[in-house]
This record gives sequence, structure tokens and C-alpha cells, in this order.
Amino acid sequence: MFDLISFIPLFPLVSFVILFATQGNLGKLPVAILGVGSIGLSATIVMLIAFQWLTSGATEPHIYTITSWISVAGFNPRFSFLLDGLSLTMMLVITGVGFLIHLYSSLFMEDDEDYSRFFAYMNLFVCAMLVLVLADNLLLLYLGWEGVGLCSYLLIGFWYEDESNGAAARKAFIITRIGDTAMALGIFLLFMHLGTLEIQPMLQAANQMWATGDKIPTIAALLILGGAVGKSAQLPLQTWLPDAMAGPTPVSALIHAATMVTAGVYLIARMHELYLLAPLAQSTVAVVGLATLLIAAFTALTQTDIKRILAYSTISQIGYMFLALGVGAWASGIFHLMTHAFFKALLFLGAGAVVYSLHHEHDIFKMGGLRKKLPVAFWSFMIGSAALTALPLTSGYFSKDEILLAAFKVEPWLWAGGVLGAFLTSIYSFRLVFIVFFGSTNTEPSEPAGLRMAVPLMILMVLAMIGGFFHVPVDAVFPLLPETHHNQTIAIITPLVPLLGVLLAYFLFLRKSLNLSFLLDSSMGRNLRKFFFSHWAMDWLYDRVFVVPYKTFARLNQSDVVDQVYEGIANVTSILHYLISFSQTGHLRWYALTMVTGLVFVLAIILGII
Amino acid sequence: MEQGLVLAALLFAMGLVGVMVRRNIILILMSVEVMLNACGLAFIVAGARWGQADGQIMFMLILAIAAAEVSVGLGLLLQVHRRLGSIDIDKTSRLKG
Repeated sequence: MFDLISFIPLFPLVSFVILFATQGNLGKLPVAILGVGSIGLSATIVMLIAFQWLTSGATEPHIYTITSWISVAGFNPRFSFLLDGLSLTMMLVITGVGFLIHLYSSLFMEDDEDYSRFFAYMNLFVCAMLVLVLADNLLLLYLGWEGVGLCSYLLIGFWYEDESNGAAARKAFIITRIGDTAMALGIFLLFMHLGTLEIQPMLQAANQMWATGDKIPTIAALLILGGAVGKSAQLPLQTWLPDAMAGPTPVSALIHAATMVTAGVYLIARMHELYLLAPLAQSTVAVVGLATLLIAAFTALTQTDIKRILAYSTISQIGYMFLALGVGAWASGIFHLMTHAFFKALLFLGAGAVVYSLHHEHDIFKMGGLRKKLPVAFWSFMIGSAALTALPLTSGYFSKDEILLAAFKVEPWLWAGGVLGAFLTSIYSFRLVFIVFFGSTNTEPSEPAGLRMAVPLMILMVLAMIGGFFHVPVDAVFPLLPETHHNQTIAIITPLVPLLGVLLAYFLFLRKSLNLSFLLDSSMGRNLRKFFFSHWAMDWLYDRVFVVPYKTFARLNQSDVVDQVYEGIANVTSILHYLISFSQTGHLRWYALTMVTGLVFVLAIILGII
Repeated sequence: MEQGLVLAALLFAMGLVGVMVRRNIILILMSVEVMLNACGLAFIVAGARWGQADGQIMFMLILAIAAAEVSVGLGLLLQVHRRLGSIDIDKTSRLKG
């Protein structure tokens, strides 16, 4: 049964090849069957494997080699897949949530003329993502890593006729490339010192060769963190994710919420032994996560675009996962990754349903009172927001609680920051719910979405509710945390804070009994809101520090300063040639004369007269 | 010996000046003949001085080359006359740079 593993990424790949080769000449029905069905087949196989894995109680990782890739002088990375609890969890999320999102998009994208191209890219993405999480060596992982980056670029710029979408796609591609370069350097460094790219022998060799806190594992871990930060939209490379919302909504749900942006979390979890050797790098992960989650949460408070609010909340939630990894709660980080995939996919797809019925209206202040008219979307948002806010007994509650308690044991101030973030999360998510679904109707919605959109939403609702009771099968992968007694006060305060936030949001945005306008409209409040709205002016800063100087330099260098030397040589040669060509008069007598003159000179020199 | 070489040099110089200053192709060809014969004379004189047959052999070679050269030259002359309607060497300057 486990041998079927190589078929999991194969089905989406075959479907991609067919859709790509037919160039959209298939009808909509075959395209939908191929695009959705291939993911469905993969999901079925993953379920079967997971079932057998869990019932057989296997813990040892299995390695399946398909074929060798390169074989040069002892360097022989192979196409081989690693099956263990971690990759199994990731596969379940990718194919399970991926299948629901594909099913949803088969209706959402129905009116788009590039229906086939959309599914081709989506299938290629799923294939690349599966290769990423299954890869047994870092080179194959890097192939998947770049593959998902490419698909992300293609899908953000899916509606490429609008120039700003193309710009958003380029921004995402270039910024993640900065992180990828760091990651490639990290991989080179590890290969140079350890001589292998296969993850498990490499980590074993690292444990033997280096002591905790050595310089080289710290540098390598920080470089790999660079890649993770780029892909997972963390400080300082997070600015691409809000702009990535230019893509179709299912793309945002699949790539920019549930799967691709969590690849960085997966990478760090996969390489966790390296981070255990580098405490400095590990605490950097925690600090990066905390800073990102707070910055993004403050920004989400002020946004007005429904998808941008969700984008900032994604950045913020991935910050929690990084915080978990940074404090050594590896399993909690992966757990939060899974629950986040459920409820954030639910929220994005719910947002898609709202946008679909409101003719692509994104501004939340133009919505309102949609509770009765779009019940499925309303309940998606209620449940999704409850899980996002970590209200008790929803899925987000279990995972976020674990993270915050683990953070408290390492550093109380990490916990305090995380709790502040949770408070902000509850305010901005219920601000969204209260403004969009309650109050007066501002835009009349058309038909609510059909069955193919409603069913995935309902399944995700169930998952977002009960996802917290799943046990992620990663006990054998990560070192177990010592079972310690939780501080009682902390354990009570942690889940209460989000409730407070929801209450505050209720009074602020629904009852409107609490008026903070004196605070918000003061000059400081207004400036602060503007500052938060611009995402702490980071885009502005990057624009000034990197983009503008680069463009200036490019403009100055438009005529290729370096080439001037070579062009100069060419110009001098052609001028000399032009001058010399004057001597070619075409008169035979002139030639004879010059020949004689030359002869006389030569003779004179030979005879020693001159 | 010396007189012979001086005569050859004078003949050669006359031929050379003729090639350089004449515009009529026929006269240029004649000047080239004069130069060739000046060379031949120099060979004969040198051969006589050292009593060797080499000088006369070289003269035979020069005669043969001169005959070939004249036939080619006259052929070109006919072509030039046919195309340009003139035998002025300065008219054939279409290949100037």
C-alpha cells in the first residue's frame, strides 16, 4: 500500500500535462473532471496510506526511491520520497483541503474563459507542493520549492490583462527569490560540510560533527530561515502576500493561506535537529514570528478590503507557527498549520462566496446585512472567525493554546506578545464579521453560490470545528517536550483574552455603544491608523531603500556603462578603417606609385642609407 | 659588367616611370615589357660575368612569363575597351574605397 506513494504527485502532474497540451481546447466539463478528479484520486490514496499508517502503528520513516536523478562523482541525489508522520500530515492537508478548493473553483471560475489554464496551474501547484513535502533530499525539496513559487507567480498574475496583477505577481516572485537565494546558500553550506543532501543522514552527520551553538550550523540555520521567511511571508519579507490577493480567491485560499505559505514552517520543522544545534537561530525564529504576528495584526485592524484583512491574518497566524517552532513546540506548530489550513481556507472560500455574489466587490464597508441573504457564507465566517480567534472548543483554540503555553515556559514575554496578538486577532476578525454580515444592506447580493461551492464550505466548517480533536501523527518525528505542570493562572487567562476581544468588537462594531472616535480622530490616532493601514510603512520603506535606487541606477545605466569600452574599441577601428579606405583610389597608377615608394624605402633600409 | 648593369638599371627605371605616368594601357604594357627585359639583361650580364648558364636559363623563364603576361594583359585590354569604350587606365576606378 505504501508503494502507491509515487502516484500521489503523479496524478496532478498527468492532469497538468494533458490540460497544458490541449491549450484550452477541451470543454469545461472534461477540464473540471480532470482538474478536480486528479486531486481527488491523490486525496484518496493519501487517505488509504494514512489509514494504514495509523492502524499499523508504524513510526519508522519509509523511503521510496523512484529513480536516480543525477549521478556525478559520488553526488547522486535521487527522486526519492520520505514517508513519515510529518509528510503524511502535510499530504493530508494538501490533498484534502486542495481537493475541496478545486471542487469549489470548478464553479467559482466557471465564467472565466481561461478555465483550463487555471486548472493546469492549480494541478501543477499541487504536484510541486507534494514533491516539496515528500522530498527525501534537499535538492528535490528545492525543486518543489521553486515549483510552488512558479505556480504562485502564474496564479497571482492569472488575470494578466490588468497590469497591476502582473506587478503583484512579479513582486511576489522577486521577494521570495531573495529568501530562496539565502536558502540555496544554506543548502550549499550544509552540503560542503556534510557531503550529503539526504535529509536524515545529513541531520545525523550534523549531530555528530557539531556541538550545540557552533558557528556553521547557526549560519546554515539562519540562511535556511531566510528561505522560510520569504516563502512564509514573515518579517522582513512579508510585503508580497497582501498584494498576492490579486489572484483569484481559490488561489488565495489554496496557495496563500493553506499550503504554500506554510512551506517555510514545514522546512524548519523538517530541519529541526539543525535548529536544536543552533539556539541562536531558533530564538531568531521565535522573535521573527512574534514581531510578524503583532505587526500583521495591527495592520489587519485598519484594512477595508476583505481579502487583505484575511491576508494579514494569514501572515499573523504563520507568525504563531514560527513562534511555536522557535520555542521548540514543533508538534504544536504543525498542529496549528493544519487547523489554520482548515479555518483559513474556509474563510477565504467564504470571502470568495461573498465576492462572487456581490459582483467582485471587495470593500467591507460597501457590504453589510448579508447574514440572511448568504447563510452559507455567513456561517463559514462565523465558524472560521471563531476558530481563527481561538474561541474555546474550536480547532484554533487547541493549537493556539498549546503554542502560547509552550511560549510561556520559554519566555513569559513571548507569551505576552502572543496573547496581545490573539486579542487583536479577535477584534479584527469579528470587526469583519459584524460589518459584513450585520447592520444595514449596502449592496444587494445576487444568487447565493451553488452546490459545488456550498459543499466544500460545509465540509471545511466541520473540519474547522472539530479539527482540534485530531492528533497530528508526528510524535516519532519530533523530540517530545517534557510534560510539565502548566501555570494555572496562565492557562485560564490565555483562552479568556480572545473572548474579551470579541466582546469589545461587539460593542464597537455591532452595538456601536462604545464610541472611540475621540481617540481615533485625534491627530495621533489618525496618524497611527494611517501608519497601520500602510502595513507599518514597510512598502514605502522598501520602495525608497531598494526599488527607487535600483530603478535610478537602471535608468542611468540604460546606455550600458560597461559596454562603452567595447563600443569605443569598435568605433576607433571603424574610424581608422574609414581613413585608410581613402588610399584605395581605384587608380592603377596610384597603386604602382605607392608600391614603388614602398620598395624604395625598403631598399633604402636594407642598404643602410636611412 | 658595370656598364651592362647600369644599362639594365636605366632601362628598368624608364619602364617603371612609364608604368607610373602613362595612362594608355598599351603603353603601360610596353613599359612592363621594358622592365622585364631590363631584368633579363641583368641576368645575362651576371651569367656572363661568372661564366654560368643560370643567367640564360632565367632569361628564358622571363621570356615565357612575359609572353603569358602580354596575352593576359591584351585580353584585359580588349575587355576594358569593350566595356568602357576607352583604353584610359584612370577610367577603371570603380573599385575605389
